[in-house]
Amino acid sequence: MSSTIDDSKRIIINPVTRIEGHGKVSLYLDDNNKVVQARFHIIEFRGFERFIKGRPYWEMPVAVQRLCGICPVSHHLAAAKAMDMVVGADTLTPTAEKMRRLMHYGQILQSHSLHFFHLCSPDLLFGFDADPEIRNVIGVAKKHPELAVQGVMMRKYGQELIKATAGKKIHGTGAIPGGINKNLSIEERDTFLKEIDKITGWARSAVKIARDYTMEHLEELKDFGSFESNHTSLVREDGAMDLYHGRLRSIDADGNKIIDDIDYTNYLDYIAEEVRDWSYMKFPFIKSLGPEKGWYRVGPLARVNACDFIDTPEAEEARKVFMSLTKGKPNNITMAYHWARMIEILHAVEKIKDLLNDADLQGNDLVVIGERREEGIGLIEAPRGTLFHHYRVNEDDQVVMANLIVSTTNNNEPMNRAVQGVARDHLSGKEITEGLLNSIEVAIRAYDPCLSCATHAMGKMPLVVELFDSYNNLIDRKVKN
Amino acid sequence: MDKPKIATAALTGCFGCHMSILDIDDRILKLIELVDFNKSPINDIKEFTTRCRIGIVEGACATEENVEVLKDFRKHCDTLIALGDCAVMGGINAMRNTIPLKECLEEAYLNGPSVYNPEKKIPGDREIPLLLDRVYTCSEVVKIDFKLPGCPPSADTIWTALVALLENRPLELPYELIKYD
Repeated sequence: MSSTIDDSKRIIINPVTRIEGHGKVSLYLDDNNKVVQARFHIIEFRGFERFIKGRPYWEMPVAVQRLCGICPVSHHLAAAKAMDMVVGADTLTPTAEKMRRLMHYGQILQSHSLHFFHLCSPDLLFGFDADPEIRNVIGVAKKHPELAVQGVMMRKYGQELIKATAGKKIHGTGAIPGGINKNLSIEERDTFLKEIDKITGWARSAVKIARDYTMEHLEELKDFGSFESNHTSLVREDGAMDLYHGRLRSIDADGNKIIDDIDYTNYLDYIAEEVRDWSYMKFPFIKSLGPEKGWYRVGPLARVNACDFIDTPEAEEARKVFMSLTKGKPNNITMAYHWARMIEILHAVEKIKDLLNDADLQGNDLVVIGERREEGIGLIEAPRGTLFHHYRVNEDDQVVMANLIVSTTNNNEPMNRAVQGVARDHLSGKEITEGLLNSIEVAIRAYDPCLSCATHAMGKMPLVVELFDSYNNLIDRKVKN
Repeated sequence: MDKPKIATAALTGCFGCHMSILDIDDRILKLIELVDFNKSPINDIKEFTTRCRIGIVEGACATEENVEVLKDFRKHCDTLIALGDCAVMGGINAMRNTIPLKECLEEAYLNGPSVYNPEKKIPGDREIPLLLDRVYTCSEVVKIDFKLPGCPPSADTIWTALVALLENRPLELPYELIKYD
């Protein structure tokens, strides 16, 4: 293949997106303009696994969350869960567990709202190839002001929940090894309860928007950057969706279980990450299937596919409608991520309401400590998918090993497949257009990659595509502004 | 009359400072009345199309590409704000400055317990940018006019500073809005 690539035309899309940095797409075409190779590169590296060594273990929940400003709560809680193991806190107090869950559901609400309303709604409302002048959140605010305000206020409600449970909207300090450092006051609770029915109504209508959009455009969406894949998620012991805690399950594209009911502290027996020299992001896979066949999707689509049911009534009804589209089999449509994501918003809001009405949140028993251990592993279902934190701690309380598999990393291969699919179906043999550039972005965006936390989070994916001939002469160049 | 232009960028960091900008919540609607956004993640403007009154940069310089973007901001903006601890002091990224870069790369790509890397590859490709020897703060690379610390600075801090600058008032932040996390 490499000799073919050497003779190919090279197209660069840079930057596609930016997470904590930028992503980039490279496309190689043969003489007939057929795509030979399409890759999505992650072009940033920070080195957390190394520089965190030597730091005291109790710093991890506040330090490692600085990986991501969009879903810091996920890292905060995954690290705290790992440190619960280290301090021997096998079962948290009800107040601690429920405060953390409230924080997490607040995070799901704010992150999913941001993604859907601020970022993706312009593509869905105006079309993939709409005028870029209006295809952004300001365009949405002008054309659909009510919808824009709903998005802003849903995100705000989630952020306020995070502040009430973690102390700060971004990079909070609420979760500590063995528990939590505050409860929820009656005043705080009542403020949230006053708004919850309005938020629930908006969540219902968000599910409807996503469902109607998917069904109305099903013909064009079903093959758009789509492919069969495995799906991985934590699920509760009884098979219910559980975004905070559970056991590891992977299913194949037909719904057969590859691994199930796995204690996640044994994750190294099942998951490995392949290094490829053209991306700073690794490529996870299920070990028993190997790197070629073991890759999988994570996130809302994978979670709705992998769970047996949702334990809140409205989201469960929405899940049944979703699954009926594929007759109960896993849904492998990339663009169905949006619909699944909105079902999770509804689920999170239902959970928030239940928690706010739970008197345990006003309890004062916040921390438990047990027998000290040298190793801690914490997994959580972050907004973008399964997040793995693994630490070893020495007798001086210093971290000596940290291993992080970030949600978006799990979707590395799927995002590459989506880019390849769109490139082959929409680029091969054609002239480059702005609409094409956005189509590639749209497919990547469906995964809500945290690498695009940056650009993606604000709805911008500035793109340059350059087309070279086999002698590296520039043939065509388009910049999307 | 033309509204003042604003540009924003995120270098190496977590994007939390841009999230904190969004935390001004419904004041966003007021902000887009006050200013026009030029190059920024909020729209699809990739290159500067005009000179800007204010540039806001979050994140530190860890790659050659970060340096290029920052210099481009200095060139096109009258006033340049370093937003947040990474831009001001390197932030958590600067923790790698005491460690050889090679060790950081080896830990991530060779030594990690879940790593599968039979050919012992470290990422290096024409398509991915070179990392700098260490992480640099923004003011080590270009002249910075204002520094807003915090991880991240709160939405109120950002709002107060922006409005003051837009109204040509001195930037006086009350004590409680200045935080070093």
